[in-house]
Parts: sequence; structure tokens; C-alpha cells
Amino acid sequence: MAETVFRAAEDAALPQIPVGDWIDSGFDWVTENFAPVFDVISDGTEAGVEGLRDALLFPPSILLAVALAVLGGVVRSVRFAVVSLLGLLLLISMRMWEPAMATLALVLVSAVIAVAIGIPIGIAAAKSDRVSAALRPVLDFMQTMPAFVYLVPAVTFFGIGLVPGVVTTIIFAMPPGVRLTELGIRQVDQELVEAGHAFGSPPGRILRGIQLPLALPTIMAGVNQVIMLALSMAVIAGLIGAAGLGGVVVTSISRLDVGLGFEGGLSVVILAIYLDRLTSAFGQQRGRLGAIPSFLSRGGSVGKGGLAASSRSADAVTPVGADQNSPNRPAR
Amino acid sequence: MPAVHAEGLFKVFGRRTAEAVDRLRDGASVADVRERGATPAVIDVSFTVEPGEIFVVMGLSGSGKSTLLRMLNGLLEVTAGTVHVGEAELTALDDKALRRLRQEQMSMVFQHFALFPHRSVLDNAAYALEVRGVDRATRRAKAQEALALVGLDQWADQKPGQLSGGMKQRVGLARALAADTDLLLMDEAFSALDPLIRREMQDQLLELQASLGKTIIFITHDLNEAMRLGDRIAIMRDGRVVQIGTPDQILEAPADDYVQQFLADVDRGRVFTARHVMVEAPTLVAPAAAPAHVLQAMQEHRSGSVLVGDGDGRVAGVATEDAVRAAVATGAPSLAGLALLPPVDVRETTTLSDLLAPAAQDDVPVTVVDDDGRLLGVVPRGAVLAALGGIPRPAPSAAPAPADPVGATAVAMKETIRG
Repeated sequence: MAETVFRAAEDAALPQIPVGDWIDSGFDWVTENFAPVFDVISDGTEAGVEGLRDALLFPPSILLAVALAVLGGVVRSVRFAVVSLLGLLLLISMRMWEPAMATLALVLVSAVIAVAIGIPIGIAAAKSDRVSAALRPVLDFMQTMPAFVYLVPAVTFFGIGLVPGVVTTIIFAMPPGVRLTELGIRQVDQELVEAGHAFGSPPGRILRGIQLPLALPTIMAGVNQVIMLALSMAVIAGLIGAAGLGGVVVTSISRLDVGLGFEGGLSVVILAIYLDRLTSAFGQQRGRLGAIPSFLSRGGSVGKGGLAASSRSADAVTPVGADQNSPNRPAR
Repeated sequence: MPAVHAEGLFKVFGRRTAEAVDRLRDGASVADVRERGATPAVIDVSFTVEPGEIFVVMGLSGSGKSTLLRMLNGLLEVTAGTVHVGEAELTALDDKALRRLRQEQMSMVFQHFALFPHRSVLDNAAYALEVRGVDRATRRAKAQEALALVGLDQWADQKPGQLSGGMKQRVGLARALAADTDLLLMDEAFSALDPLIRREMQDQLLELQASLGKTIIFITHDLNEAMRLGDRIAIMRDGRVVQIGTPDQILEAPADDYVQQFLADVDRGRVFTARHVMVEAPTLVAPAAAPAHVLQAMQEHRSGSVLVGDGDGRVAGVATEDAVRAAVATGAPSLAGLALLPPVDVRETTTLSDLLAPAAQDDVPVTVVDDDGRLLGVVPRGAVLAALGGIPRPAPSAAPAPADPVGATAVAMKETIRG
């Protein structure tokens, strides 16, 4: 006690900066003046997530589980299909299917929004060093600020429930999408971009036809990370009333119900593993997904060659910084 | 109208570039300018490239040659100076006009091929046409044609990753050829290839050039390559052009010690060709000539053999002194019935190293003929060795006197050997 007083006296040498008060009044002002905007966002998000959840719960659970497993088989492998089917059936048997689908809906909606915002920002950051430099601290802030801290303002803006859960999830999950998009585009061999310029390609065409297709594996790794982070955040969002597995976990904590908590946690793990393996398969272009890059580059032939080629990931990462005897920065 | 005209080009990286250009123009040294934070890469370069010419820019790493090339198609903005491509002043164009110019008038081949790994070989070759907005069927047909030119039409459906280095660069070349632009920029195009493939590609380029007649600006750090390919060569050092000239001019009169040092490494046997060492074609001896007359002339000129023509400018064969003497002894009315030695023919483009073996044959002179077999000149044996040893060619006045009907060149040749 005495020590604290002493410390306080020592700190008095510097003026106190009331950062907390400023933030408080700032949030109050925003809440008062932008209430209609938040209502629109709120309604839209809620409709989206609940619509998706209802759609997921509409077919019989076993049928959907089989369909998801088959999707896994197509994208990745038969073994993955079998394992994921077992996992999903376990979800159903634990009677966790309904909260799991609610969480899945929340994760998918948040991830789609995070990716839709994150990829264009990542492209902008790859094109401009200034944007990249300005963005870096913001992304650091989004990723390292303890999630509980922005749960609170989210609740002030949107009230308790699903929507603040989605918003915090988007904020938390977006940074890897931005970072890996930027990285992926910057990693594309500069000589290839130069070749585009040399033949008179406009910048938009170079982006669509050369940079994005070649950055795709890295961008997909970013999307994978976005989904994984969204899933981990969706559970925390249970604290502010978002339904689903997060709700189950929060309930189990408040009741000290170890068994229920374990069931909820295990369900999260099953969902996480399924989503991770599924989306990473997109990134590595395994199985039958080799056609995606050539589909992206308009005019590329998605013919017989496109579907069969799977040995491409090796070429996609062409050597960077190949020896050049002059600084080659395309000027225009 | 020159194909490309560059005037007073400067490229300076770093800070206060305009000031750096002014200082360099006033004669400041590179080190001077560097101290103030600017890095000059290209300094006051001017040259003109004529249509149909292979213009080689040769220099070591860091000499500014790649930077120079990138200013010629606007990939790098010039710090000062102008570039004209055909009638257009490239340095004055806005982005859109510049892209149009690149689409329609120039294409580029890259050191590391720069093929798009996600597109098939055919789609790579068709890229320039696709950007230009040519419809799918036409551009695929043209790309297929270009691939056929470089011998890769069988590989159209493959991905570039499945090709070897030499094949990849042939695709790079096909991509540039398919664009069907008059101007071709080649940035160290063959430098990443191993020596055998590189030579093959050089031959192929020369062959294609002979039929297509493009204007080519070729960047290389290899003087042998420059000498082989270039109609004219610009040698760069530290951002400046130290000499521009034909390979012969550079070999015969290097501008300074720097160029001289380079030349020491030139493999003369592969750079010089029969064209460089041959002397004027003699008048061929008609088969109808009287042996006695021929023998007399040979003895007067102390010549060991004469070239016998077929009456149409081609060499029918070589008659040695002994053979002519025998004909005189048997009283033959003409050389017609004589057993002639087969002529040793080479082309103008035969390199000196390939000339050594033919030149080593006794008695039979080496004759240089054109595609139709018509005699262009003969190669004095001594000239081959002299050129290999770096001895300058004799002045034209030392060439043989106008040929008399009886193989004056053969005479001159003998004299050269004895001398």
C-alpha cells in the first residue's frame, strides 16, 4: 500500500493524460450521432447471420454433415472426407449441431466481410509503400489489442447479441487477410510485372491477369487464417451474447459445468480442423482446384490442361529478386 | 527515318536528380554527384538505330545498359533527354499513349524469360496480342505460328514450368515475335542459358533476323555475343557510352584502354569470319584456256595452282602446277580434260576457327562462295593466322592487283604465304 502511494507521487512528475476519458466521450458522441447508421449495419448483419444459420439448419443435420464431408473429399482427399464425416457426426451426437451451425454462420459471415474488406486493402498496400507503412500500426493495433477491450465499445454501438460479435470478429480476423494479400502480391516476380508493362498492359489487367493469380496461394493462406481467427473470436463473442458454441462455453463457465464446457470446446475444435483443412486445400491448389488461377486470369484457357495441372504450385513461386544489374522499378 | 533515336539520355536515381543532371552536364564526376545523394545510372547517352539493324549495347554489370534499355520503352522514366521510336517521341507520351506504343511497336525479351507460369505456352506467346485486343482465334493462330518459328509448336499446351531454360527463352522470343512489332528489345536474353544453348539461340536469332528483318536492340555483357550478333555495338562503362561502331571498327580501333582490355578476351576465331579475311575474287581461268599459256602465267607469278571456272562464275575445280605441266606435255588443246582437284568452299559467315582446317590443305586455295556457289573471294592462308593473332588487316592497296586471266589471286596467295 505504502509503495503504491510512493509510486503515485513519483508519477505525479508527469501530467496525467486522460486517454480513457477522451475515448469515452468520443464513443458517446459517435453513438449519439450515428445511431441510424449502426441500426442499418446491425439489422443487415443480423439478417445475414440468422439467414445463413437457418439455411444451415434447414436440411436434416446428417444430410448436411454428409454433404460437407463430400465437399471435403472433392477439394482435398477421400481420407479427409471420412475423418470429417466422423467429426461432424460426433457433433450431432453430442447435440451440439445447432450451436455449431450458429457459430459457423457467424464465422462465415464475418470471414466473408473481413476478406471482402481485407483483400482490397491488401492490394492497395502492395501498390503503395505509403499505404503499407500507414497500415502497419493499424493492423498491429487490431491484432494485439486484447479482444475484450473492444467487445465493450461494440456493445455500446450495437447492443448485446449477435451483431457486436460479428463486428469484433471482423476486426480481429481481418489483419492476416490484409497482410498476406500484400505479401503475396509483392512476392510476384518483378520481371513478370515488368513483362506485362512492356507489352502495354494497363495496371488493372496486370493485377487481374498476373499479380492476383500468382499471389493466390498466399492470399488463400490469408483467407485460411482469417477463418481460423474468426472461429477463435466467435467463442469470445459468446461473452456478449452471441449465440452458438461461444454461448455454450460461457454457460458452462458460469455453471462450472466441466462436461458441457468440454463438449462445447471439442465442437469448436472439430469445426476449426474442418475449416482449416478445407481452406488450406484451396490455397495449395490440391485436388481439382488447379483451374482457379487460370480462371482468374481472363483469357487463360481453362481447358483440358487447366484441370489436370496440379504441379503448378512450384512454378507459381518464381524466384524473387533475380539478379538484375540495375534497379528496375517500373515507372508507369 | 531511324527506328530509334535517343538524344542526351540521363537516368539518375536518388535525391535531387535534376540538379545532378545539370552538374554532370557541367562536367562533374560521378563520385561528386554521388556524394550529394544521387546515383547516376545512365549519363548523356545518344545513339540512333536504323531499321533492320541489330544494335548491341555491351557493358558489365552496373554499366547502366539495362537501365538504358528500360528507358527506350518507358519502363523507366528518363531523368533528362528524349527517346524517339519511329515518329513518336516516347518521352513526351502520356501513360495511355505509351501503352499503345508498346502494344503496337515494341516487344521485349527478358533475361529470366518472365514467362507467366499460370498460362500455357500458347497463351504466353499470345499475350501481347491479347493485350492489344486481338480476337481469340486470330491471336492463337498467330501465337502458334510464332511458336513454329522457334520450333516449339509441339509444346503449345504445356506450362512453361515443364520446359528447359533454352525452350523457355524460345517461348519468350516467340511471345515477342507473335506481337509482330518492328522493334525488339532483348535484355540479356541469352545470358541465363548455358553456352551450348546460348550459341544455338544466337544462331536461331540470326536466322530469324535474316528472314524477318526486325530492328533489334540487344543488351549483353558478353563481347563475343555482341560481336557475333551486332551490326553495330555500343560499349558502355559507368553509365556512359565509350564507343559505338561496327564490330570491325571496334576491333581495329578500340576507343580506349577499357575497350582494349575487353578485346583481349574476344575469341577472335569465333568473331571473325571469312568475310573479314578474304581478298578480292580472281577472274577464273576458262576451261578453254591453252595449258601452255596458263603454265607460263603461273610461272611468271610463281603460283602453285589456278582456279578453273565453269563459265558461270562458279569454281569447277583447282588445277595444280603439276597437272597443267602434264597437260602441256601431252599436248592437250585446253584445260577441259584436266583432272581438277575439288574446290574447298566456305561461306562468308564461316568463322576463322572453322577456316583453319580448310586452310591447312596444301595446294588448294580456300574459296568463298555465295548461296548460289558463285565465287566471292579467296582466303589467303596467312590472313587467317594474322587475324587470329590480332594483326591488323593489310590496307586495301596491299590486296592483289586486278586479276589477269590466269589466277592472279592464286599467285598473290602464294606470295602471302611465303611472305
